[in-house]
Amino acid sequence: MTAVTPAPPSTAVAPAPAGAAPPNPPGRRSRLRTAAGFAFGAALLFAVAPLVLSDFRLALLAKYLCVAMVAVGIGIAWGRGGMLTLGQGVFFGLGGYAMAMHLKLADAGPGGMPDFMQLYGQLDELPLWWRPFASPWFALPATVLLPMAVAFGLGSLVFRRRVRGAYFAILSQALAAAMVILLIGQQGTTGGTNGLTDIKGFFGYDLDDPVNQRMVYFIIAGTLLALLALTRQLIHSRYGELLVAVRDGEERVRFLGYDPASVKLVAYVVAAGMAGLAGALFVPAVGIISPALIGIVPSIEFVIGVAVGGRATLLGPVLGAVAVAWARTALSERFPGTWTYLQGLLFVVVVAFLPGGLASLWALARRRDVGARPVRRGWLPAARRRAERTEVPAA
Amino acid sequence: MSLFRGRRILAGAMTVVAAAAMTACGSKTTDEGGATGVSADVSGDTVKVGLLNSLSGTMAISEVTVRDAIMLAVEEINAAGGVLGKKIQPVGEDGASDWPTFAEKAEKLISEDRVAAVFGCWTSASRKAVKPVFEKNKALLFYPVQYEGLEQSPYIFYTGATTNQQIVPGLDYLKAQGAKSVYLVGSDYVFPRTANKIIKAYATANGMAVLGEDYAPLGSTEFGTIVNKVKSSGADAVFNTLNGDSNVAFFKEYKSAGLTAAAMPVVSVSIAEEEVKSIGTQYLEGQLTAWNYYQTTPGAANSKFVAAYKAKYGADKPTSDPMEAAYVGVHLWKAMVEKAGAFDVEKVRSASDGITFDAPEGLVTVDGKTQHIAKTARIGKIGADGLITEVWNSGKPVAPDPYLKTYPWASGLS
Repeated sequence: MTAVTPAPPSTAVAPAPAGAAPPNPPGRRSRLRTAAGFAFGAALLFAVAPLVLSDFRLALLAKYLCVAMVAVGIGIAWGRGGMLTLGQGVFFGLGGYAMAMHLKLADAGPGGMPDFMQLYGQLDELPLWWRPFASPWFALPATVLLPMAVAFGLGSLVFRRRVRGAYFAILSQALAAAMVILLIGQQGTTGGTNGLTDIKGFFGYDLDDPVNQRMVYFIIAGTLLALLALTRQLIHSRYGELLVAVRDGEERVRFLGYDPASVKLVAYVVAAGMAGLAGALFVPAVGIISPALIGIVPSIEFVIGVAVGGRATLLGPVLGAVAVAWARTALSERFPGTWTYLQGLLFVVVVAFLPGGLASLWALARRRDVGARPVRRGWLPAARRRAERTEVPAA
Repeated sequence: MSLFRGRRILAGAMTVVAAAAMTACGSKTTDEGGATGVSADVSGDTVKVGLLNSLSGTMAISEVTVRDAIMLAVEEINAAGGVLGKKIQPVGEDGASDWPTFAEKAEKLISEDRVAAVFGCWTSASRKAVKPVFEKNKALLFYPVQYEGLEQSPYIFYTGATTNQQIVPGLDYLKAQGAKSVYLVGSDYVFPRTANKIIKAYATANGMAVLGEDYAPLGSTEFGTIVNKVKSSGADAVFNTLNGDSNVAFFKEYKSAGLTAAAMPVVSVSIAEEEVKSIGTQYLEGQLTAWNYYQTTPGAANSKFVAAYKAKYGADKPTSDPMEAAYVGVHLWKAMVEKAGAFDVEKVRSASDGITFDAPEGLVTVDGKTQHIAKTARIGKIGADGLITEVWNSGKPVAPDPYLKTYPWASGLS
């Protein structure tokens, strides 16, 4: 992999550029830097992490990376598109349940039923809507297409009617609440609050085996990198610029002859698809999907990760999501009684002093190194100015 | 102009990623591999045990009291010389009222801390989330809360009541009191829904009418509609499986609708001494509960337990059924380990059958087959002082029957 990427000397090895809406088209140098960043990310995820982390920690990292996938999607919808979506848990859940349903049916064997159905549902046969999920050819595409279809349906209604800002946020959150109530109410066929647990196999591989857990990790890491590549292409395309334009001045874009509703719809649907994929991969990594993972609180936690990382950048959401999840584990292990306060403090500090998120730290450091512009006003205002350039005030 | 710039470079990067992924996945294993139990670390002069309770989130208020009771038992055992000559070193983790977090922390306790046993969990959902973790690693969990039954994991010891030790006796008591009809009110999650299925089967077999069944979302405080329905149903009694805060709102509404314990008693299965305190005795006086232990349960073992608990945590702290079950769990584990002569999980399991402990609730016996314990069922009445006094008990410990196999009316349930 080293053959591909002779990193230019002026830009030290670093995980890709912050990629915040470059005013000029990315030149050759920028492209090289991106490739170097990807190679670096791949090396980190595929070589370094498996070597230094124990099986248990690697499994945790797999979980964090799933959250990071949702964050990448939120970065597109919220960071680039200005749609504060507080209901990504719904799409995460649709993907997760689709995958878990298939794996449960595969565990039960042909003609079998998941264990909980007999216990809680007293069903004699599999409910009709479960049946297609027995086939991987239905279930796997469904993990992505189902969330995208729901997002498309909701988005078409909402964006055409020019619902935005806080109203959109509330609507997306209501969807998360509704989905949780539905799942809990249908305990006999959905597992209720317990969700779908005790998933043993993953397409013939025994998930209890650490080697196969490792394989799941590699699939997740690879998927995340692929999603990042896709996102980079998206935000550097003309569509990506149009999306930012809609975010910054929807009416203006409309008067220029574009349809802002369609532009937003694409971003929302893509974000939903990513959340669905994340949910699907979360299931073999963690072995559980339940309403507690997809309701209002987890949906907000997804957004917090993105905010901490820097919503308008390519890598910010990923870094933020992983950092928040990692901090949660690390703090709660060290201070089981008081970690929630420390976590809250961390959010306050980031929001107050780094409004551009963790990603702006990188931009900040780079500016200092290169000295491209005379920055004499101290690092705090610089960070803020940077943030103001890449971010818009919430709609 | 191309819509997507820099395609070639990206393609190169993706190839690298794909290649890396493929080499990494090269080592596939056969399916039978798996499931290598992590043995506990007992090399030193201490033995670690895991404490897995929610210290934050909605369940913290209940689960912290369980943690306190476990700590009390650990201290008692250490003061008496430990287990097999080793002092117990507790390792606490916060389940944070979040089920996947419970699974994560269980895995951490087993594989990183290498504990000999884990004590904790409260909700069914958290137990279901950690169950595969314990089964995969062949590690032990002691689960201290009454639950909905229909489960029997080889790596879990259930020290709380299963349905035939709590709900069925509660129904028997109502029937003996002449109740011909009941109304079911519960929180919307697995325990109430499953409990109500059992109650309905019982009612059908015993000529009792179920006049209604309503669920409120966990944490809901809006009970106007439900209480109105309960009132107009004219049921002889209400069977209440509401959890947590919802009880406060429900009983306030119940009282203000003019319903009383004398006219329409409510049997609750999730209200213990701790909850009575927070709901307020003015709303609860005279109502019934079904448990296996009350702070007022007579006996020297309980006097000692209550005194020790109050001495450690404060005179105003009540003791309750889940706390007692958690406390009993630690002592039972000690007895099993000592009988087995080792901390090895399989040896502890096979030594478990017939282990008895003179618990605060009375004598309990471990049933090695179901890994539940035989417990005395007790119906209590909430008094004005906030304590619960027993009005009926089963006379002797009831053998656990998690799948209700010995009850003909329950044949369709499992």
